[in-house]
Amino acid sequence: MSVTKDDVRKVARLSRIAVSEQHVEELVGELNGILSWIDQLNEVDIDGVEPMTSVVETTLPMREDIVTDGDIQDQVLANAPRTEDGFFVVPKAVE
Amino acid sequence: MTELTKLTLAAALDGLKAKEFSSREITQQFVDAIEGARKLNAYVVETPEKALAMADASDVRLAKGEGGKLEGAPLGIKDLYCTKGVRTTACSNILGEFTPTYESTVTQNLWDEGAVMLGKLNMDEFAMGSSNETSRFGNVINPWRRKGDNQGLTPGGSSGGSAASVAADLCLAATASDTGGSIRQPAAFTGTVGIKPTYGRASRYGMVAFASSLDQAGPISKTVEDSAILLEAMCSHDPKDSTSLSVETPDWRSDVSKGVKGMRIGIPKEYRMEGMSDEIDKLWGQGIAWLKAAGAEIVDISLPHTKYALPAYYIVAPAEASSNLARYDGMRYGARVAGENLTATYEDTRAGGFGAEVQRRLMIGTYVLSSGYYDAYYLRAQKVRTNILNDFVEAFESCDAVLTPTCPSPAFAFGEKSGDPVEMYLNDVFTVTANLAGLPGISVPAGLSSSGLPLGLQVIGKALDETACFRVGGELERAAGFVAKAEKWW
Repeated sequence: MSVTKDDVRKVARLSRIAVSEQHVEELVGELNGILSWIDQLNEVDIDGVEPMTSVVETTLPMREDIVTDGDIQDQVLANAPRTEDGFFVVPKAVE
Repeated sequence: MTELTKLTLAAALDGLKAKEFSSREITQQFVDAIEGARKLNAYVVETPEKALAMADASDVRLAKGEGGKLEGAPLGIKDLYCTKGVRTTACSNILGEFTPTYESTVTQNLWDEGAVMLGKLNMDEFAMGSSNETSRFGNVINPWRRKGDNQGLTPGGSSGGSAASVAADLCLAATASDTGGSIRQPAAFTGTVGIKPTYGRASRYGMVAFASSLDQAGPISKTVEDSAILLEAMCSHDPKDSTSLSVETPDWRSDVSKGVKGMRIGIPKEYRMEGMSDEIDKLWGQGIAWLKAAGAEIVDISLPHTKYALPAYYIVAPAEASSNLARYDGMRYGARVAGENLTATYEDTRAGGFGAEVQRRLMIGTYVLSSGYYDAYYLRAQKVRTNILNDFVEAFESCDAVLTPTCPSPAFAFGEKSGDPVEMYLNDVFTVTANLAGLPGISVPAGLSSSGLPLGLQVIGKALDETACFRVGGELERAAGFVAKAEKWW
């Protein structure tokens, strides 16, 4: 499999990364280089093998469904690029 | 005045306890040393005032005969750990001037034991790199140079700042983190010791995430014993990390001197790779001879899927990264680049905030997870990962630990491998298997290359058997008698 310029534009869009047309060209080469190297995985016999979902065998812990945190509005907003009256200020999301 | 910065962590803790010197004295010496070593670019934030205040508080406790296991010991912290009130950016522009309002569990454990923070250490952006060439703050320079050559060398990565600062006596020891070799490879490149424990030993809470099923905290230090001391303090069960294991942390420090008599050491034939340099092969043979002489039994083992570990890693790690790094949208924290609408703001923020290697990996990750490719790439990689784990499970039926070289080469020069991503990735060929299988691995300096650079040997243990790593690592350290230090030029 090899990626095309259209694939790179699509992946960039899905990744929410702005990419210039000139950079698209470079990325086609770079991503194809990496993906063709990765393609050697096709040699591996994976018939009947379960995909790894957890690296150590353990069950996820449960905890009481109670509030353990909160009332820290100032901390939540402390690193925001823009805030106003205790809210995040973001670009208009709905036209 | 004696140079307290040259002490090991163990010796410094003894000296502090015996009141031979105060925490303020040793901390001040480190503060001065860091100031004088800015050429190495190991620290990205220096916190001298905080360090001296913590040292004074330690001295009060020490005077009363109180204090924790690390009381008064000055440490460096990789910029990947959130530190309350101290800028933490994982050396990425996208985090801007992010200053956490909370502390990572690992660093909190260290402060609870009385450790002193000297500052934040440089690293590859989001821990993505093997040469510390992708940091927003510029390259870390390896204190080591080739014999008769002034060319700057990389300290390895991603924990390049941690390794360089320990090698140059800019802290007693440092925290680091390892997703594909980021503790062990820089340790090998700088003549220091580094261990990645079993996945789940240390809490990931407050560590900036790269690939959550692979990321694990660990120390870089001057000796195997120092690594044991620091790792014991770093590990804990933490309800804030659902993958944190509810297990006791053993007394690893006492394992270091136990020797290897009766242990079975596996030598995987697949690690004898094509193109591996003779001196690496020779060092490996030397390691085998040392362990044999110390009473270990050497066993030939096979890890047949070794060559597929790196390609599998370069699917799994970018896939997890593309999900983890989706949070950097410029809305709630970090740097925002305003665009003409919301989508453009996201896209410009991420294009401006992420460096080239991070962008590359995010796109690879997005691609392998995207509709139509998920089975061919991601699912296949996770199955290969099961095969890699099964290789180890089978091998550990006939051996107690595995001995390999840490890296295929000694430290390389800047730019030498940064032109070709795949060539750079190959640096992690011997270390990445332990991450994929969740196993503990330690790197111990074992000799010098013909060019005068340190070389490391790696010991991989069974899950939760760091004890084997410390026993074998301790033996290798004693046998190698590695005492070489980088000659000071900075």
